[in-house]
Amino acid sequence: MIALLVRDLKLSFRAGGGFGLGLAFFLIVTVLVPFGVGPQSELLSRIAPGILWLGALLACLLSLDRILALDWEDGSLDLLATSPLPLEGAVSVKALAHWVTTGLPLTLASPLFALLLSLPPAGYPWLVISLLLGTPALSVIGTFGAALTVGVKRGGLLMSLLVLPLYVPTLIFGAELARRGAEGQATLTPLLMLAGISFGVIALLPFASALVLRVNLR
Amino acid sequence: MGSIWEYANPVKFSRTATLLLPWVSILAAISLVTGLVWGFFFTPEDFRQGSTVKIIYLHVPSALMAINVWFMMLVTSLIWLIRRHHVSVLAAKAAAPVGVIMTLIALATGAIWGQPMWGTWWVWDPRLTAFLILFLFYLGYIALWEAIDNPDTAADLTSVLCIVGSVFALLSRYAVNFWNQGLHQGASVMRAGAVTGADTQEKVSNIFFYPLLLCIIGFVLLFVALVFLRTRTEIHKRRTKALLARERLG
Repeated sequence: MIALLVRDLKLSFRAGGGFGLGLAFFLIVTVLVPFGVGPQSELLSRIAPGILWLGALLACLLSLDRILALDWEDGSLDLLATSPLPLEGAVSVKALAHWVTTGLPLTLASPLFALLLSLPPAGYPWLVISLLLGTPALSVIGTFGAALTVGVKRGGLLMSLLVLPLYVPTLIFGAELARRGAEGQATLTPLLMLAGISFGVIALLPFASALVLRVNLR
Repeated sequence: MGSIWEYANPVKFSRTATLLLPWVSILAAISLVTGLVWGFFFTPEDFRQGSTVKIIYLHVPSALMAINVWFMMLVTSLIWLIRRHHVSVLAAKAAAPVGVIMTLIALATGAIWGQPMWGTWWVWDPRLTAFLILFLFYLGYIALWEAIDNPDTAADLTSVLCIVGSVFALLSRYAVNFWNQGLHQGASVMRAGAVTGADTQEKVSNIFFYPLLLCIIGFVLLFVALVFLRTRTEIHKRRTKALLARERLG
């Protein structure tokens, strides 16, 4: 399992792996928003949590096809399926690798981007906490979508259509948590809900992902 | 009359569907026409809403069906995954476009009703939002069927998507409740005490309720007829494909 994780991480860090692309995309989204809605800082600080969450979500979405598509093309997915490691474990490791290369850097960089959108100071810790809790769920749900569409040629658009509705609850509670934190309201309910969604998804969805992957490899 | 699983046999299903189809269609037509005509022309106007209240005869049944069609797809998908009956998953495939249209009707009539009543075509009310999300789930389900060539692979993948989607659709339904308070009234038809109960404040008056009930029955029968027809077509389509393949081999 660790060997697989190291391999996936190495592949994404090396040339052509696309590490940092998600981060750059996130930066561009945050830069484009003031052009779209105007530079008034009180408006920006009100919508900052939502924008940052949307940016992180889209950055995750764009890198999803890298999770499985390359391994599907060169056949290493078949090897994984026949290896002694259960496919559920392999899928979880792949989701973890995706999170380490996109979700984690996004979370760590988010205070910097929040600065650009003049997020209120009270919001910073809550933004980081919400992204830290929420982005693993995005990676795991995304792996399920990637597993569903891995056999489809040019399935990127289809995958977005399938994955985005699944992202709705995570986005709602994540953005709500960040927003309430920024406005100094009680944060316990969305925090618990977000944590519940994240842990539930991490515990259960790899089984569904492995199931559809087996169907696709049949 | 044996067990219900006899109808998992495509031939038996086809024969029964052909036998029942005209009856179900005629009953659906009768109850829909009666219900709609009764509702549109022979009920009084609401003292506050005027004649716009009459859109309820399309709005409520289609909204009910939009949810229940997804539920039926969930059940048939589970049957496919557990017992591998092809008719079951074909019925789910056949029901999905009907469900999309029901969702669209509910959203469109809701917008037309909302314009004079709430003064807006659309608000981000929890119920409305949940329906929009349901609509997206239907689209994803149909798109996945379209995208995959191998019928068995497509059946498996869409079934798993339907099950996972149901969980997330439910989650979204309650998540949006938390996110925004709504304009839409609570359940006032399918609720204990809504029809016969004492709380006159929110119940639907009996004058409006009986034609509404007839319309709901009509929508259900219409759905059953459409699913019979479409599932039978899917079975025929598969059989044609198999025959053609056999001919090419022979």
